[in-house]
Amino acid sequence: MEKVIQVNRLIKEYGDLIAVNDVSFSITKGHCFGLLGPNGAGKTTTIEIMEGIIPASNGEVLYHGKAVDDSISQQIGIQFQNTALQDFLTVKETLNLFTSFYDKTVPHEELIELCNLGDFLKRDNRLLSGGQRQRLLLALALINDPEILFLDEPTTGLDPQARRNFWQLIKNIKAQNKTIILTTHYMDEAEQLCDDVVIMDQGKIIESGTPQTLLNKHFDNIFIYLPKHQISEELINKNYWTIQENKVEITTDNVEKTLAYLIGHKVSLQGLHVKSANLDDLFLKLTGHSLRD
Amino acid sequence: MNFKRFFAVVKARNLEFFRDRASLGWNIIFPVLMLVGLSFVFSGDGRALYKIGVIDLSNSQSTFLSTKHIDFVDYKKLGVAKTKLEQHAIDFIIDFNQQKYWVNDGSPNSYLVEKIFNSEQLNFERLTTHGKAIRYVDWVLPGILGMNMMFSCLFGVGYVIVRYRKNAVLKRLKATPLSAFEFVSAQLVSRLFIVMFMSSTIYIGCNVFFDFYMQGSYFDLFIVGALGAFSLITLGLLVASRSKSEELIGGLLNFTSWPMMMLSGVWFSLEGAPDVIKSFANILPLTHVVSGARKIITEGATLADISVHIWTLSIMCAIFLGLGSYLFSWNTER
Repeated sequence: MEKVIQVNRLIKEYGDLIAVNDVSFSITKGHCFGLLGPNGAGKTTTIEIMEGIIPASNGEVLYHGKAVDDSISQQIGIQFQNTALQDFLTVKETLNLFTSFYDKTVPHEELIELCNLGDFLKRDNRLLSGGQRQRLLLALALINDPEILFLDEPTTGLDPQARRNFWQLIKNIKAQNKTIILTTHYMDEAEQLCDDVVIMDQGKIIESGTPQTLLNKHFDNIFIYLPKHQISEELINKNYWTIQENKVEITTDNVEKTLAYLIGHKVSLQGLHVKSANLDDLFLKLTGHSLRD
Repeated sequence: MNFKRFFAVVKARNLEFFRDRASLGWNIIFPVLMLVGLSFVFSGDGRALYKIGVIDLSNSQSTFLSTKHIDFVDYKKLGVAKTKLEQHAIDFIIDFNQQKYWVNDGSPNSYLVEKIFNSEQLNFERLTTHGKAIRYVDWVLPGILGMNMMFSCLFGVGYVIVRYRKNAVLKRLKATPLSAFEFVSAQLVSRLFIVMFMSSTIYIGCNVFFDFYMQGSYFDLFIVGALGAFSLITLGLLVASRSKSEELIGGLLNFTSWPMMMLSGVWFSLEGAPDVIKSFANILPLTHVVSGARKIITEGATLADISVHIWTLSIMCAIFLGLGSYLFSWNTER
């Protein structure tokens, strides 16, 4: 499969701080690529070097096999993590402003429909809600019909409904065969959207692959949770099950057999909760601390 | 230079300014309030004494010179004294050596002083001149417009660029094909348009009520104003070229603007100030804006007459713009 971006041995230093430490990966055309990690992992720095916003201290970013230069700005779309829009301009005027920057642009009608901007086109940027603002920023990132779309923590700060609406937008964009590079610290977001992920911590890549491959690689077991008061201490100690607050965590590779064992010991299954491992668990296992620390 | 991008940024910045009603209102109200206040404070003659210019006072002898409640001001050159008489800055001129005196036909004070002088029965030759009175409000007008221009240019460019940088508007623009040159040029042109539009509106509007004194050419005055505004805008760009802190830029802009407000001849003339103060004032762009504009307004000077100010402002523009463009950064890294 065609590789759109190749990142080779990227390093970024700020004095004594090494924000990105010898990072290499490649991105396949048409895929949604996730850069995952906690705050301060080096995701934003990595993505901004790829966008040409900040220079690398060492290493290289190749775009279709060529080094990144100023011309890349015509071919990529970017939604930054923290961006203010110009005050006192309406949504429509902001679209017009950004349209003027590019040689090739998408008709406004398409963007307005894709990003659901129709209801607030004449609204001052300052009066937009969080979700509306993110949709406008996404429209601005798409205004030049980019081959590659960079989304840096696009749903941070949004309520659950707005987040899910935004995911649907990204899925629609992905269906247009655009390559998407997404940074997030929401693992459910990565699981929903990403074909490939790279997990970073303290400036380094600690794991990479497809979400399912990584989970299969690191987890055989499934977790069963039951209220603590429903199981005797003797049974807990005998099976070396762990207690988490008011729940007992049972790790198993055979759910049916474990359930039969519990029933056999007359344990009530009321309040039972079964959960397979997710990327949060994977990160916890790899680094020993939670993603949102 | 891509003019489509350039004009889009100019338009966006202009819309931002004209829709910010608080800022727009203050830009208009502040200078108007200052002019109204000063014209009120200095209304009427307000002077307890008559002022008489005496040519070569030290070599003049007359009992008239001991008259109480009259100021006798020494002039070495008749031309300078006549200009002052025409502008009602003095009420009368006497040349004891030539046995002549001059009155201003349009000045009531001049009429009264002549009556007093004639009571001495000296039989001097009577000569007349005329001219519209120059009031303090006429004298201070270039200073107030210049000061308003200075604040609008420094803070309107410097503070806005730092705010854009701090909240990542510049970073977002950097991610587009818009070049730094196009962005900076658009900011300069937008602010120049805003400042000249506002200053012209204030001048024309106030002129209806104050009937400002004007000896020179409005075109020359516009040129000096535009050049001065450009130098102050480029100074704002230079000050804001790298900073990301609004607190720091606020301090830097105050540090830049306050010496100009105090020492550029906005409120009072620096003619009698120590040489070191005058030398320092000459490195401030506002000094040349105010001096040039004042000479056009009160003395009818042409651009050639004030070429020193024009050249100084042009050189300042080149230095500030060159340095500001060289140092300009879209976003400062950690």
